[in-house]
Amino acid sequence: MTSAVEFINVSRHFGPVRAVDGVDLTIPEGAFFAMLGPSGSGKTTCLRLISGFEAPTGGAIRIFGQDVSAVPPNRRNVNTVFQDYALFPHMSVRENVAYGLQMRGVGRRLREARADELLEMVKLAGYGDRKPGALSGGQRQRVALARALINEPRVLLLDEPLGALDLKLREAMQDELKALQARLKITFVFVTHDQGEALSMADTIAVFSEGKIAQIGTPSDIYDRPQTRFVADFVGSSNVLSPDQARAVGGPARWCSLRPEALRLVAAGGKIAGQVQALRYLGAGTRVVVGTPGGEMTALLPAGGAVPAPGTPVALDWDANALHVMEGEA
Amino acid sequence: MSRDAILPVRGLGDRLTGLFWRHPGLMVALMLALPLGWLVLVYLGSLAALLVQSFFSIDEFSGLIRREFTLSTYAELLRAQNLDIILRTVTMAAAVTLGCAVIGFPIAYFAARYARGGWKALFYLGVMLPLWSSYLVKVYAWKLILAREGIITWATGATGTTPVLEAVLAIPVIGGVSLSTSYIGTWSVFVYVWLPYMILPMQAALERVPNSMLEASADLGASRWQTFRTVVFPLALPGIIAGSIFTFSLTMGDYIIPQIVGSSRRFIGQAVYQLQGTAGNIPLAAAFAVVPIVIMVIYLTIARRKGAFDAL
Amino acid sequence: MRSDRPPLALTLAAAAGLAFLHLPILLIFLYAFTTDERTYAFPPPGLTTQWFAVAWNRADIWPPLFLSLKVAAISTTLALILGTLCAGAMARARFFGRDQISLLVILPIALPGIITGMSLRSAFAILEIPFSTWTIVLGHATFCIVIVFNNAVARLRRLSGSVVEASMDLGANAFQTLRHVILPNMGSALLAGGMLAFALSFDEVIVTTFTAGQQSTLPIWMLNELVRPRQRPVTNVVAIVVFLTTFVPILIAYWLTRGGSETAGGGK
Repeated sequence: MTSAVEFINVSRHFGPVRAVDGVDLTIPEGAFFAMLGPSGSGKTTCLRLISGFEAPTGGAIRIFGQDVSAVPPNRRNVNTVFQDYALFPHMSVRENVAYGLQMRGVGRRLREARADELLEMVKLAGYGDRKPGALSGGQRQRVALARALINEPRVLLLDEPLGALDLKLREAMQDELKALQARLKITFVFVTHDQGEALSMADTIAVFSEGKIAQIGTPSDIYDRPQTRFVADFVGSSNVLSPDQARAVGGPARWCSLRPEALRLVAAGGKIAGQVQALRYLGAGTRVVVGTPGGEMTALLPAGGAVPAPGTPVALDWDANALHVMEGEA
Repeated sequence: MSRDAILPVRGLGDRLTGLFWRHPGLMVALMLALPLGWLVLVYLGSLAALLVQSFFSIDEFSGLIRREFTLSTYAELLRAQNLDIILRTVTMAAAVTLGCAVIGFPIAYFAARYARGGWKALFYLGVMLPLWSSYLVKVYAWKLILAREGIITWATGATGTTPVLEAVLAIPVIGGVSLSTSYIGTWSVFVYVWLPYMILPMQAALERVPNSMLEASADLGASRWQTFRTVVFPLALPGIIAGSIFTFSLTMGDYIIPQIVGSSRRFIGQAVYQLQGTAGNIPLAAAFAVVPIVIMVIYLTIARRKGAFDAL
Repeated sequence: MRSDRPPLALTLAAAAGLAFLHLPILLIFLYAFTTDERTYAFPPPGLTTQWFAVAWNRADIWPPLFLSLKVAAISTTLALILGTLCAGAMARARFFGRDQISLLVILPIALPGIITGMSLRSAFAILEIPFSTWTIVLGHATFCIVIVFNNAVARLRRLSGSVVEASMDLGANAFQTLRHVILPNMGSALLAGGMLAFALSFDEVIVTTFTAGQQSTLPIWMLNELVRPRQRPVTNVVAIVVFLTTFVPILIAYWLTRGGSETAGGGK
């Protein structure tokens, strides 16, 4: 099966700045793929390399096996949902959605009927005559989605799609996007800096840092088995142990990570002794910062249990298999 | 619907689009070619011609222009009668600037600090409309007003202030037989026509003074006048200087207003116009025209150092 | 200073200032109806509408009017083309020399008219170009470019950058994007710029006197009448025509652009 998108040693330099630095990537067809990373990590540039708004300074990009390096954006069968939605202010919602078909020469009646179908699919039936200025942020996003789907692209790109929405709306949209993708069976590629979003929606995540990919894997790979300190820290704030510290607690002499929720606070025994320094109540749990001889460690205690007060001496314990060796670190 | 990742080229439009996408600078260059070419050729070219002409001279006997580099034309500017013209123009420009600043400040201040919502728009219109009204019509209107038999005479007669008018006209140098043939008259028209150019930058600068600053000043015990002198005025100064750039420059370059309302003594603009017209002395006219440029460049350099450019 | 009520003196001064700005024009309207044709006596001895008919029948008014309209129309067209092209190139691209080009565009209107006029006159003298309609147009189009440019750039900047990308993303090539997305959004800004340019060109007198030679545009006609008046109320009638021909387009332009922060010709 051809992969949907392939990056072969792709670079994008802006003078001395290496926005994308030798990236290799394969996105399988039908995937819900996330590109995760902080600002400036190169994830958005990679997205724009796929859509054609950036051209690589090195390497090759293939979409369904075809090299698109010399192809401008209007001729790629790839569509984008932009971060600011970019709806055409002078057109109605229906005309916005139908735009893609209009550019392909489809007649008015046919394209407007198709636009109405898509509006119904994104649950905006009846909004066709309104202008984008009269819509809420969430509604505008759906219009942008419908507009990007009307050409039936083989790959749909989403640039920070949920960033501008409030929490409740964001969660609702996450479910809707997943359902949509399952139904349409298109390859979705989206960019986000929110690791929660990436973990809950994607089936594969590529974590970017400084123009390179730090790790690619399933959400649980990325979360439970981070391969570098950067990934461990960016995705869920792990505890990081240096090779000496790891050996001191009975593990191998390598860089290791421990998830906060894998730690238990015990009164006696345990692997590391320390003292509770700070508490942060999160509702669904409590984050406990424990000061140990080797530094601070963070534990996440589930709600409902007893939480020791700051200053209490405690010991930290965990299951042996919770200590994860970070292969990516030397 | 095509299942290909790449859609076919549909014609010349697509081909050109591809070309511009690969070479984005090309499109910018093509777009700029025509307007830039025009501006450089027509405008910069004529400015160069002006400069070149000012270094030519006129042959006294034949009246023809001698196309050889010489400084004699500029030397002519130093003659007493010509220096007189320059001095007169610069003095008037300074006086007009002062007048515009003083008269315009209350309007600008009111509009910036007290006008809200609909009133603000009204004020904006109130200042902009005269700005955009026909220049010549405005000057003509003042000729009507200042005429000996016109509305000012009627008004002073009706209010019994005729002696005041006569006293004003009796002031030496700037007074005259009637308002429409005196420097005062000329000054009034200049102030009227350039006033909006002074108000707008002043208003912009005043709007940038946060209310909290004025409240803090009052809070710390300053009287209204002190606050004005130490807080408001210094902050408004860049706006005043920005406005003064316009009033100074426009006054120096104008030849119509002094011609219609004023004495027969000439300003720079009139000298330029007369010299290039019937007198046929284009080099001297050009030299005269260079004078305001030089003065303005000096003025602008000083103004920029005072931060006026931020207020524009 | 704490209260929101302005001091009375300030309000009076501001009101007086505004009245000062508007009163003179109103007087022109009044004087077009006076029965006195030889002086500017106030109050007018009587009122009549005869001067409008007289002006209509005066043979020396129509040619200048037509010339003014012709020059304004041609200059506006040129300014629209050149100004829009320039705005399109400058609105977003960042390139070497961009600031210098901005300065160059604004210079014709920033420098006093006498300098622009005398410069063109010098050039005509050196190149031995005779005066014609085109010499007038040359000057007018040059300082009208910036008017269109300002309006176009202001509107282009308001247009979200992604909108152009979205159009291309959906399959439109550059020309389709221009036609379906960019121009419709710019339409009213270009119309406003065009109206302002027309008004400016119609009213312009200083540069025109240097570039017109023996010809008269309507403002030049008025200038001659001011220096050597014939029938004063007729001049007033013409003044009203000139006023309206410049005022109305500007008002329309303001109305067209009031939605955004565009300076509809702010700071001529």
